[in-house]
Amino acid sequence: MERLSRRRFLKISAATFGAGMVTAGAPAGSALAQAAGAPEQGVRTVPTYCEMCFWRCGGIGYVRDGKLWKFEGNPKDLVSRGRLCTRGTGAVGAVHDPDRLRSPLIRRGKRGSEQWIAVTWGEALDYMAERMKAIKAAHGAESIALFKHGIGVKFIEHVLKSYGVINVTAPSYAQCRGPRDAGYTLTYGVGLGSPEPLDIANSRCLVLIGSHLGENLHNTQVQELGDAIGRGVSLIVVDPRFSVGASKAKYWLPIKPGTDIALLRAWMNVLVTENLYDKAFVTEHGEGFDRFVADIKDATPEWAAGETGLDASLIRESAREMAKHRPATLVHPGRRSNWYGDDSQRSRAMALVNALMGNWGQKGGIFINHNVKVPPYPLPAYPKATRPKVDNPDRRYPFAEEELSQGVRAATITGKPYPIKAWVVYSSNLMSALPNRKETLEAIAKLDLLVVIDTVPSEIAGFADVVLPEATFLERFDELNVVWGRQGSVQIRQPVVPPAYDAQPGWWIAKRLADKLGIGGAMPFKDIEEYLAYRMQKAGLSYEQLRKDGVIVGPPKPIYAADGAEVSFDTPSGKVEFWSEQLADAKLDPVPKYARPEEPPKGMYRLITGRAPMHTFTRTQSNPLLHDLMGSNEVWVNAAEAARLGLKHGQLVRLRNQDGVTTTVTRVKATERIRPDCVYMVHGFGVEAPLLRNAHRRGASTAQLNTRYRIDPVMGGTSIHTNFVSLIKEA
Amino acid sequence: MSRFGMVIDTRRCVGCMDCVVACQTENDVPLGQRRDWVVTEERGTFPKVAIEMRSERCNMCDNPPCVPVCPTGASHVSDFGKLVQINERDCIKCTLCVAACPYGARFMSRATGYAEKCTFCVHRLKVGLEPACVSVCPTHAMHFGDLDEPNGKLQQLLAANKNRVLKPEKNTKPRIYYLT
Repeated sequence: MERLSRRRFLKISAATFGAGMVTAGAPAGSALAQAAGAPEQGVRTVPTYCEMCFWRCGGIGYVRDGKLWKFEGNPKDLVSRGRLCTRGTGAVGAVHDPDRLRSPLIRRGKRGSEQWIAVTWGEALDYMAERMKAIKAAHGAESIALFKHGIGVKFIEHVLKSYGVINVTAPSYAQCRGPRDAGYTLTYGVGLGSPEPLDIANSRCLVLIGSHLGENLHNTQVQELGDAIGRGVSLIVVDPRFSVGASKAKYWLPIKPGTDIALLRAWMNVLVTENLYDKAFVTEHGEGFDRFVADIKDATPEWAAGETGLDASLIRESAREMAKHRPATLVHPGRRSNWYGDDSQRSRAMALVNALMGNWGQKGGIFINHNVKVPPYPLPAYPKATRPKVDNPDRRYPFAEEELSQGVRAATITGKPYPIKAWVVYSSNLMSALPNRKETLEAIAKLDLLVVIDTVPSEIAGFADVVLPEATFLERFDELNVVWGRQGSVQIRQPVVPPAYDAQPGWWIAKRLADKLGIGGAMPFKDIEEYLAYRMQKAGLSYEQLRKDGVIVGPPKPIYAADGAEVSFDTPSGKVEFWSEQLADAKLDPVPKYARPEEPPKGMYRLITGRAPMHTFTRTQSNPLLHDLMGSNEVWVNAAEAARLGLKHGQLVRLRNQDGVTTTVTRVKATERIRPDCVYMVHGFGVEAPLLRNAHRRGASTAQLNTRYRIDPVMGGTSIHTNFVSLIKEA
Repeated sequence: MSRFGMVIDTRRCVGCMDCVVACQTENDVPLGQRRDWVVTEERGTFPKVAIEMRSERCNMCDNPPCVPVCPTGASHVSDFGKLVQINERDCIKCTLCVAACPYGARFMSRATGYAEKCTFCVHRLKVGLEPACVSVCPTHAMHFGDLDEPNGKLQQLLAANKNRVLKPEKNTKPRIYYLT
């Protein structure tokens, strides 16, 4: 048995509780104060960066009388600018969530039966390590896969890689932002990363095509959007749904779902044929422009009108509006871009419209971003792999820049090119993150070991053999976050309060797992603080100041070409590729081509999905504060269509898709804010995890309905908006 | 003497409810009860649609109907900022003020049993901070200040923008203005 006793915890904290650090960073008074014999009183603050989503805003945790009180933005932080979003503000609910994981669990009974026994960390890690050793002996360490999300996985990933694990994948690539990154890399030679270097603050015309910024609360961008609206930015919003953004827009284009490339081609056609594009930029930086022009010459607004359901005049007028404000016109690249299976090409088309605006390195366009150099801690090298990764055999998806999660799943099912026998799943609910749940279950059935590390008993945790409860981000140290932005910065995550129950931070879990696997040397530091302090020292930055302020900001550097920022493109031609030789060589469309989407069968609607500002993925629905704001989703149905179906606003329905999959019950939102040929639901609800009592079966699941998905031929992204549903009235 | 109010820009509001959860944690408001909330109103017919989103709370009325109905004086107008406040010590939980408010801003707290509502975060104002909802708003849609300051931030915003108050027909003289 190897519990982290209060005594042990006290040793860790005492070592870090230096002079002058009274407000910043004493990890959670209670253990210390109780040891000293007096309950902690008053208010103290600890700066740290948020993990309620991937945006990583700097915040300040407030502890009142020894109890976590609130989490506010850190005014010194460049990402939050002193303001957190709804989920960040609600982060204290993650700590106080009565449904959070409390102790390590080992499965008893069948997978998915949710019968558990609570065990010690020693028992849980022994169990995990023994099975990993058996799998490595029988199949090789490559047969162990890691699925991950977020920065907290750092040390667990490192230990697994040190053990010989090579199949490491994040669904945030092929199931989210991957198509966009591929589209930009193919065009400009670089993906946009996160946070994206978008100069919304100075844009005079902002185009949202599918991005529902404001409903997704990418904090810095939402703040800049607010200011842009205040300045009277010309907003153009393309969305089958009258999004919040659309309600602020000068032009709303209620496009037929799946026809975006037709619109984008028509926009490019107008910009080129009416000579509205940035010729200087194209001449200096463009490659293959003539062939590009030849490709789009027939894509007139009149043609696109027939495909998109939009008036040709609206297409033409909105293109002219964009040109009027260039180069301070910005087509937002979006983020979760896996919609229809043609997504890299759509993203590339959006990137090309930006190129026609000549906005790269321009004020109000895409700025040149910077970071702070923080050298790595010298960790031992990983063993050499003897076999290739399994996710993308023969580079079938030639422009995949990261591992494809559904590829690892497919290899697990087929055992080819070699068997995958263990999954370690860190903070990613694969049941809802991957398409077609049936395949996920099929893969799980092939596993000798499934370990889930998370803060909440997610859907995938229900199928685990071992569940390891991680401390929430407000209770732990993590890797430093080196932030790209107009100015670089580095943020620290440090505990505001100590871990509740028997939860532990990822680095601690990794260190003990390394010991159990007999590779303790992979983690050659006493604790994470030694690691963090070392990195900061090598960067020539003060660790103490970082702990006190939560962030250290690098020097200002030019972000616009006009001020001397470097404009260069890491494509094969060294230019912005209007016509892509790379794509042509791979027998893919060198200029994005339009293919007409399938029509919904009679009586069915295309299901489109999106986000709500109060929730992240399927991770936050049980958070009591956020649940209180939004406890369920609803299905948006065009009001006239709802009337035709005899569905009243608020009527309970289930959704059934083309494969007969039927959801739990949700309510109809009969609204004028959506086209009649599609219905919309916010992702993340209808959670099939009984231990998330607050969230279990509340609303309906979009993920469950995604049984039919297309795979992006360019980079392997899996679509979400390719399912049709009917609505079944619930008595 | 100040007369505190708010100007809320519905054009910037994205309905994210950050103001709601910030109030909840700042003031330990019991779950399921709210001192502030967000309203979304939809108008028109597809595709000619409009929505207005706005954050609502106690309007800190100049003519507050909740004050005269209070039998004990617990519901009162404070000297500090002329804010409508509740003195829990004197509250007898009669609920008359809850019924009197045309905005539904008051409720009987599940935690304490007393009448409760937005205070404009008076404890924050007294140490130089803005109300929690204002300071958290990611789109900077909310402005707090002194309405009696002739050239103050709020009067400037009101002079430069079309605006309205909620339920003017109730003659409560609300001190929260919405830019539209």
